[in-house]
This record gives sequence, structure tokens and C-alpha cells, in this order.
Amino acid sequence: MTPFSQSLEQKFQELMARYPARRSALVPMLIYGQDELGYLPPAAIARIAELLDESEMAVREVIGYYSMLRLQPAGTYHVQVCTNISCLLRGGDELMEHCQHRLGIGNRETTKDGVFSLEEVECIGACSWAPAVQVNYDFHQELTPERLDQILDAYQQRAGAGERAGERA
Amino acid sequence: MADTPAKPLINLTVNGRAITAPPGTLLIEACKQAHIEVPSFCYYPNLSLQAACRMCLVEIEKMPKLQTACTVVVSEGMVVRSETEQVHRARKSAVEFILTNHPLDCPVCDAGGECELQDMTFKYGAEKSRFVEPKRHRDEQQWSPLIYFDRPRCILCYRCVRACGEGMDVWALGVANRGVNSTIIPNHEDHLECEECGNCVDICPVGALTAGPYRYKTRPWEMTHVGAVCTYCGDGCKTTLGVRNDTILRADNRDKSGINGDFLCVKGRYGVDFTQHPERLKQPLARGVGGSAELKPVSWSYALGTIAKRWLEIQKAGGSFGVVGSTRSLNEEAYTLQKFARRVLGTNNIDHHRSADYPALFDALGGREGQPVPLAPAEALKAGGPVLLIGGNPTDEHPLLAWNLRWGYRLNKTRLYILNRDDIKLRRQAYRYAKVGDEAAAVRFLNGTGAASASLTGVGEASEKRWPQTPPSTVETVNESLQEFRARLRQEKDVIIVFGSEISGDAIRELVAFGSGLEGTTRYIAMSDNANSHGAADMGLYPDLLPGYTPLSERSKFEALWGGPIPAEPGMDWNQMRAALQQQNLCTLYVSGANPFRNTPVAPESLKQTFLVVQDLFLTETAQCADVVLPALSGYEKAGTLTNTCGEVQVQKRGGGFEGAKSDLEILYLLADAMGAEWGAASPDRVLQEIRTAVKGYGVSLAKLLSGESVMTAPLNGRVPHRTAPELLLPNRDTLFTAGTLGRYSVVLNSVMERHLKKEAAAE
Ligand code: SF4
Ligand code: SF4
Ligand code: SF4
Ligand code: FES
Ligand code: FES
Repeated sequence: MTPFSQSLEQKFQELMARYPARRSALVPMLIYGQDELGYLPPAAIARIAELLDESEMAVREVIGYYSMLRLQPAGTYHVQVCTNISCLLRGGDELMEHCQHRLGIGNRETTKDGVFSLEEVECIGACSWAPAVQVNYDFHQELTPERLDQILDAYQQRAGAGERAGERA
Repeated sequence: MADTPAKPLINLTVNGRAITAPPGTLLIEACKQAHIEVPSFCYYPNLSLQAACRMCLVEIEKMPKLQTACTVVVSEGMVVRSETEQVHRARKSAVEFILTNHPLDCPVCDAGGECELQDMTFKYGAEKSRFVEPKRHRDEQQWSPLIYFDRPRCILCYRCVRACGEGMDVWALGVANRGVNSTIIPNHEDHLECEECGNCVDICPVGALTAGPYRYKTRPWEMTHVGAVCTYCGDGCKTTLGVRNDTILRADNRDKSGINGDFLCVKGRYGVDFTQHPERLKQPLARGVGGSAELKPVSWSYALGTIAKRWLEIQKAGGSFGVVGSTRSLNEEAYTLQKFARRVLGTNNIDHHRSADYPALFDALGGREGQPVPLAPAEALKAGGPVLLIGGNPTDEHPLLAWNLRWGYRLNKTRLYILNRDDIKLRRQAYRYAKVGDEAAAVRFLNGTGAASASLTGVGEASEKRWPQTPPSTVETVNESLQEFRARLRQEKDVIIVFGSEISGDAIRELVAFGSGLEGTTRYIAMSDNANSHGAADMGLYPDLLPGYTPLSERSKFEALWGGPIPAEPGMDWNQMRAALQQQNLCTLYVSGANPFRNTPVAPESLKQTFLVVQDLFLTETAQCADVVLPALSGYEKAGTLTNTCGEVQVQKRGGGFEGAKSDLEILYLLADAMGAEWGAASPDRVLQEIRTAVKGYGVSLAKLLSGESVMTAPLNGRVPHRTAPELLLPNRDTLFTAGTLGRYSVVLNSVMERHLKKEAAAE
């Protein structure tokens, strides 16, 4: 039994063939799996363990190591606010606070309607354009609380327009 | 190995002292050999390297930073300093860092007093910590009936993870999260499903992993520590008993003494509680007291008097006797039991619960005096030489042999050949593994006297590439025939052949014929069930064999030694005794530490004419039918020697005591006395002396034995005219959590088994 789409299963096969040891494909498989399902439910862990001939515990060990891999669902739009040094100096933590107010949720929480989730993250490699926020895979740079509001409004609209989890940017 | 030329030693300097070490030695080990202490937590000999704790940092010239001595290999001219200011500071910081979240609840921690963290903090730690943050608390978790985890105490050395994975090949422990959130996790989210061996608990340098049966029971300094031998399976692991007020509170082997290093299985480590089972017999019982047909408590003198009286009457009337001995009693007791049967009762009707056909093995090996002993000690399985394993399932029935085989595979590249009808777990370490329908037929094929077994289902090969990082859970199938399997074996040299009860009688003779044709010295291990199964056979608990597999025709030596005649005719084996019982033809049966009615029941009506005497720890199926029951001491409560499945003798020491019971040896001497034989007082030392002189192959060095070493025996006395009927070989087929009748009386083993059974039921 697989919780993944046929095309992703296909991709897994390609990934596993790419490395001398099959288990090397674990991290990419987890990332693609999470992209498709929004998080890594037990069925996903079981399937990946089965494919790689590893124990489920070994898969969980790796998930636990990487903070970007999730065992719980996130919102449709996962807002990741950088508060590492460059962003911090240019107002990253104000952005974080602003998001908390505007969305009414804390760090690593999801709004009731499931549209947004919020996470404080370490450097996302956009220091030159700090402060930066990453939403799913999109970067937004040189932000102020006002600009961030506009960005969040746009996502809110897209959500209203029927974009659901799984159909991510 | 022995004949590879020694490579020149590496010269290095540590703290200004010139030392040497073989190439490839880790710096930490080289220092240890030279008695220079380098503190460590995560380093553990013979497990993979971790370099997690940073406790072993040293200065090495020409290297920019401090280096971890546990991962650096010695090299020529290396200059090391382990006691500089910088090193001292690094150690202080390492301890300080490890203690960041450590609760320092030593006063209530099981490990208190024998904790490596306590010792290191005392010796190397700083008196102050710079961390002012509140410590994080996490509640303790119970992971299995036996294993508990106290997360804040864990110092993340990963020893448990490696011991379970690499050592046990169970891989039940892992590490979740990262950095300050890292934690050890069990394989099923909130609980463990594993072999419950407890190796993780005992390898834990702190009190993070603790064992249910021991936790919060005592402080280590309140116990005396007795180096005993496990009384469960035939492997003969040394176990250090923690004894307080004559009660055994725990068993471990953290001092790594004995043939098993620090290994113990769940039975040896946690099964000792049978000694305190509420059903232990505390007094002799007899029927007919006050006209009652029930077993009623009586005094020792009444019980012994009653038995002697009946036996003398039977003797006078020329009635028949039967004796069944124990496979857990000590050598001295087994030897004395058959002497008692032959000299005092005057019968050769004596047998024991057989699980390996030792007479056939020694028959096949006989007549080669002067050559090296063709028996392999358990340790030999670690050395890396080729091993052929036929039948049996060491993982369950011989956990130490399995541990040693895994060790040999992991560290010394053992080529393990397996012939088995089942997919036994050790196939994961196999070089070649062939599933055969019938192991004995496969042996005939190896020896060239039989065709390739038709039911051969394929030859498998464990994938070597992945070991030991992860469990090779799949065995890759190679397209080879049994012919190729045999051809490969024939190219091996100095093979050790380990075989189970599937191979007996002529199959053993064929196996030895095959083994003799191999290059070098082929050695053998016959797997038998219990702590002294091998000893019971060596000591002559056979109707037709005297001690040392001496045929009755050569009995004059023992007659001279024992001062009187031994019956010349072979007696009845257990099957014949049982038939006689059923025909109401056996006047009396004396069962000492065995439970024959468990596997081969006898209808109670047919026992009416038989005076049944049973001597045991518990009221077993057999004891329930007895006319007189004598309470016996357990293997942990007496002193003497035991012979393990490989033939290694070891000294058993008295751990605990038990009020009201007596040792088998003492009982035999009391019975002999009551029967009018003048044996004097029981003395295990005197009996051992007699065994060493009278039993060929047991002339072992007393000095070695008494210093705690195991000594190989070699009862090779030429041909052994003996045939064991296949029905007499009744192995227990024990699992990891059972041990014949004895295991039923361990509450701990039962609790583990129940849980595993429940889980299996739930899975179905
Ligand atoms: S008890 Fe043994 S099998 Fe179970 S987790 Fe510990 S080491 Fe592994
Ligand atoms: S539980 Fe013990 S052995 Fe395992 S990592 Fe923690 S301290 Fe080390
Ligand atoms: S392997 Fe055998 S001898 Fe060793 S601890 Fe287990 S039961 Fe005892
Ligand atoms: S610090 Fe924020 S992107 Fe680098
Ligand atoms: S012992 Fe060397 S780092 Fe732990």
C-alpha cells in the first residue's frame, strides 16, 4: 500500500537507482513525499522504509534530524520567517511578531482554517536581501510588515479561490 | 591468523613515555595497554566508532586541534600528550556540557555507585557549571516489561544503539531529533519490540536505561558480587550475581569475565528470579502421612528414612530400580548420582534428558589420542575462521553461540555456511545459506553418500556490503547448487562444525567423516539444551556407559575405585523404563532434577506399583506423581563445576541460599548413608578430585579452573559402543524466553513471553 501517487512512486524508483546504496535516496524521497502529502504520515514512513529495506525507526531518525521534515500537517501556505543574524538585524523578529498577530497563531502552529502555518527558521540563504520570508518554496525579500501583509493577502485570496493543500506553488 | 607473520610494532610517545602498539591500534587502546588512562564515554571496544562525547581529547603534535583518541589510529613517531592544561580544560568542559541537562539524581539512580559519569565527574569534572538555565525534565518511560528509559540521565553516547544493532542484530534503538533535543528512541514509537536481552541496559554508562526487575531494589554496595555460571542453556555464560541477604537480586556481566565477555541473554540476565518463586519447595513432602493420600510436608529425616526403608526392601526382594538424572545439576552431582545408582542401588537403569548425541560424536572422534582436541570452545566462533552450522537455531537456543557467530562475522569476516530447514535469523550473517528439507540428508550429501536433497530450495547469501551499518533484512539469493555449496566448503581450512539435535547417530559419524576430509583441524560443537547437558553425558548418566563414555566392559577400573561391583549388563534407557512403568514393572523410580513426565507423560494409574522419589525445586508434573518429594537447591545455590555445550568446564560458585532445600550432592550422600553405604560427608571438592583422576579427558588444571577460566575437556576414549534411539533425543526447542521446565518459574520471563504472545495474537 502506498500513500503516494503513481508518478511519485515512479520517481522513487529512479531515485533509488541513482546511488550505489539504495538508502542514500532517503532524504530526497522524504522531501518529495512531504511535498505531495503536506507532511509525513505513518503510512508514508512505512512505505519509504519498505522501499529502502530499512526499519521505520531508521526513517524516523532521519525525519527527526531535519527540522524541515514534518510529522504533522502544515497549512496550505507554510510561512517561514527567518530570524537568523542578517534578518534579525533588519527586523526579522518584528516580521515574526507581526505574523503571529495577523494570523493569530504561534510558532509551529496552523490557523484554524488550515490556510497558514508559521515557523521561525534559521538562515534561508537570502541574507543579501534581508529580512526574508519563505512561503512554501517562494522567497519574499526586503520585507516590511506592510509588504508582508500584501503578500499574505495574496495568498489568502488564492486560498479563497480554491487552491487546496497538495496544489502548491 | 597464528601463522601470519607479526607486523612490526608502531612506536609512539605518550606523555614523554615511549610505547609501542600493533599497527591499526586505536590510540585510546594503545594508551590503555600502557596503563595510561584516557577517559571516555562513547568509545566501546569492538563496537563501531562514534566520537560523540569528546571526553577522550588529547594533544597530538603536528595536529592543529585536540584529537579524539578513540578514533585516531597510532602512527609511527606520533607524539601525544594526555595530561596538559589544555586537555584538562577540554575534559572539564566535556563533563560540564554532558551535565547540562543531567538531573544529578544519583541518590535514587540505580547506577549510583557504579556510574561512569559519576566517576568521571569526580575525577575530571569541574566543580562549577556555567550553565544557569533550568534543567529539562522528562518523565521516565517504560519501553518493555524489562526496559525503562530515563531520558534526562542519557548522555547520548550511542552505546546502547550500537550494542543492540551491531551486537544483537536487533536494531531496536535509534536516535531522534538533533542537538539538545536528541534522544534515544525505541523501535515502536513508545515501546520496544526486541529480544529483551538487556545488553543495552548494562552497556549504558549511566542510569538512563534500567531494568524493571532490579530498579530501585538496592544499592550496588549493599550486595556481594559472585561470579557464577548461568544455569539456563548449555552455553555456560559467566554471570555476576548481585546477592543481598542470600537473595539474588540481579545478574550481569559488566566485569566481562568468562567466556561470554559482557554478553548475557534475557534468561541469564533476568531469569534468576526463579530462585525466589513462591512455589519453591521448602520442605520434603510425602504421601501416606496420617493415612492421607496427598503429599504432605514432612521432616528431612522422615523423608530420607522412608525412602531408604523402601529401597532396602525392594533390594531385598530383588525388585527393579530406575534413575533419571538432571541436565542442570553439577558434574559432581551427576557423577555421584550414577555412582549411587550403580553402587548403592545396584542398577544400570539410569538415563537423563538427552538433547545431543555426545556418545556418537565421541565414538566418531575416538581413537585419535595425541591429536589436538577436535572440540571447539565457544570463543573460537569469534575468531573469523569458517563455520558450518547445521540445524538448530542458535539465536533462540544458544544465544551466546549466536552472539559469537555474529561477532566473528562483523569483526573478523567469518564465512558462515548454514544448512537449515528454517529461515533462522543467523542467515543474515551467512556467507552461504541453503534451506534443506532434512539436515541429516544434507550431511549425507556433503559426505558423498547421499544425493542432493530434493527439497533444497535455494542457496542464499547475506549481503555483505551493508553490514554493519544497517540490518541486512533481505538475503540475496545466489544461483548456486548444493554441489557448489559443498565445493566451497571443501576449499575451507580449519572449519568449525556446529550442529543441532537433527544430526545424531550415524549422521554424526558421516559428518565427522566429511569433516576429517577437510584441510587443517576440523573442530565440532554439538548443541545440547541445558547448563549441564554435556556434563551429564560425560559423567555417565547412561544405562550402558560409565563416566567418560567408558563401556561397561571396562568397568573394573571404576569397581576398584568405588570398592565393589558394578552390574555388568546395560540397564534400561528412559524409553525402556517408561515402558516398564506402564507395564507396572518398575518397583521404584528416582528422578533427580528432571521432569520426564512433561515430554513423555505416564498414566497415573500405571504408577501405582512404583515407589516414585522426585528431587526438584518445584512441584513439576513428575513431582506431583511422587510418593516422596525432596526440595533441592538451584544451580545458583551450590558450588561445583559445569560443562557447557562445547565441552568447557567452569567452576560454579554459590550465589544465594534457600532455607529448607539441600543440594543434590548432599541429598545423595544422606541417602547413601541411610542405605548403609559408608560415604561420609559430601564434599564437592573431593568428588571433583575423583572426576579429574577417574574420568578420562577431565584431567583439567585445577589452578586454571579455580582462577575462573574455562577449560576444555576431551573425553576421547576410543570407540564408544552405544546407540541412542532417535526418540530419546528430545530437545526442548526453547525460544528466547523459555527454558524447559525451569523457565516456567521465572515470573520475569513469563511476563516477557505473555507480551510477545499478545502481540502475535494482535497481529493475526
Ligand atoms: S534489550 Fe537487547 S534487543 Fe532489546 S533494545 Fe536492548 S539491546 Fe536491543
Ligand atoms: S541510554 Fe545510555 S547507553 Fe544509550 S545513549 Fe543514553 S547514556 Fe548512552
Ligand atoms: S546464552 Fe545461555 S548460558 Fe548465556 S545467559 Fe543465555 S541462557 Fe545463560
Ligand atoms: S539570515 Fe535570514 S536569510 Fe540569512
Ligand atoms: S570516547 Fe572518544 S569521543 Fe567519546
